[in-house]
Amino acid sequence: MSRQYETVIGLEVHVELATKTKIFCACSTAFGGAPNTHTCPVCTGMPGSLPVLNKQVVEYAAAVGLATNCTINQCCKFDRKNYFYPDNPQNYQISQLYEPICRDGYVEIETPAGAKKIGIHEIHMEEDAGKLIHDEWEDCSLVDFNRSGVPLIEIVSEPDMRDAQEVIAYLDKLRLIIQYLGASDCKLQEGSMRADVNLSVREVGSTTLGTRTEMKNLNSFKAIARAIDGERERQIELLEMGKAVVQETRRWDDNKEASHAMRSKEDAQDYRYFPEPDLVPIFIDDEWLAQIKARQPELRTEKLLRYKKEFDIPDYDAQIITSTKKMADLFEETTALCKKPKKVSNWLMVETMRLLKEHEMEVEELTFSPQNLAKLIDLTDEGTINGSVAKEIFEKIFLEDIEPERYVEEHGLRMVNDEGALREVVQRVIAENPQSVADYRGGKEKAMGYLVGQTMKAMKGKANPAGVNRMLKELL
Amino acid sequence: MANVITDEMMDYVGILAKLELPEEEREQAKKDMGRMLDYIDLLNELDTSGVEPMSHIFPVRNVFREDVVRNEDEREQMLANAPAVKDGAYKVPKTVE
Repeated sequence: MSRQYETVIGLEVHVELATKTKIFCACSTAFGGAPNTHTCPVCTGMPGSLPVLNKQVVEYAAAVGLATNCTINQCCKFDRKNYFYPDNPQNYQISQLYEPICRDGYVEIETPAGAKKIGIHEIHMEEDAGKLIHDEWEDCSLVDFNRSGVPLIEIVSEPDMRDAQEVIAYLDKLRLIIQYLGASDCKLQEGSMRADVNLSVREVGSTTLGTRTEMKNLNSFKAIARAIDGERERQIELLEMGKAVVQETRRWDDNKEASHAMRSKEDAQDYRYFPEPDLVPIFIDDEWLAQIKARQPELRTEKLLRYKKEFDIPDYDAQIITSTKKMADLFEETTALCKKPKKVSNWLMVETMRLLKEHEMEVEELTFSPQNLAKLIDLTDEGTINGSVAKEIFEKIFLEDIEPERYVEEHGLRMVNDEGALREVVQRVIAENPQSVADYRGGKEKAMGYLVGQTMKAMKGKANPAGVNRMLKELL
Repeated sequence: MANVITDEMMDYVGILAKLELPEEEREQAKKDMGRMLDYIDLLNELDTSGVEPMSHIFPVRNVFREDVVRNEDEREQMLANAPAVKDGAYKVPKTVE
């Protein structure tokens, strides 16, 4: 292959907003209800029903826009996108085409070549569709409208990304910002964040864009990376054979690691948008916008700087702790209780990360309370328990969120600082291990470690290690 | 009539609207659609420079609802309107993706 190709990628990211109710009706958005138990005439498209906009949707959408450096379109409105599909009861989706709520933003990502800005073309508000379940026994499909009308924002990027790594860095950044804002939990697997990839290839040096395809059904970062590589190869192969890329929507099958065209030619993609007559325009005046701005929580970059300054946490630690909102919240809440930021940071960075890996869990799945971690740190600091007992208890906290003080009492794990008891045990260990004693006296430092180990064992791990060392040295 | 609707256009609009017209109604529909477009052309003759585009017919904006759940489970009533029901869901012809 003599020609060199460049991949050009733009993303359409749909994010389900964390509101309690749907965008245009007072039905619950709770996940997992029995089919159609969260529906009403509005979200099932009954004739004569009228939508009323959920104010919180506007506030979340504007908050995401502000956090991604967008211009907020203070006068925006909704439009109808017309198409027929059984998951869409109205035969149109209420969306924003002409006046979306946010425009012209960007987020910055890290790439091997340094920081790079990925442009955001626009962010608009819209409603989600229902869910289709394909019946296994009968030749029919079943429609569940619980998700119909759940609020979404669609974040449309500029075609600024060049490979899968940049796409993932961009998605990671968006997810982090939106989670910090509390506007969505952004779970790809559960579909609260969904990405469609628009991809084209062109010869290196060319300034015009090639014909693009849109790839859907990508529900993990790994699937996204594989789909990008697969589609790039497919398009290059077509071009190398002298064929043209067809502009179409393709569905990625991650099991087969291949995609296929989704829509047949009879389904013309002509949405005939027009202004939504059932909803009045939205005007976000300066005062309202200022309120939304004032409510913006501290985002990652600010948190990172503050942790380093206020708590004297090293950059590396602060990076890891702020890499998810969950971890940052745990850190702050625990530190507020025990006032020992460095120790909290250590428990989170070392033991928590280790156990997450061991149990193949995500940070979001952590369930232990800041109260119990703070108590554990206090117990260790006061010398009530020693380090190895603390680790053992932490695992219990991690898994079951047990109350450490009671656990220590119930299991008799209190560190023994009783000099008399310690002296007795050390004397016995010395008497029972004449060979090691001789080795130590003969200059073998290693023998000391063995004697410490034997003493700890005899005291069921509850001794103060520093005390054991001192006592052994004294008696030898 | 300045606007002429072709048979191809009729077929296309038919696909979009999921409508099939019998032959005798097609000719009348073509004429009606042509006349509608003529009317729009007439409106377009009006000089609207300097007039702000109207976004809604009422001078009303910012009609909102607070984010509070008020609807309860009314599945039985909702499904009562469905032509076919199965397992608490609307039953439709199989959709192929």
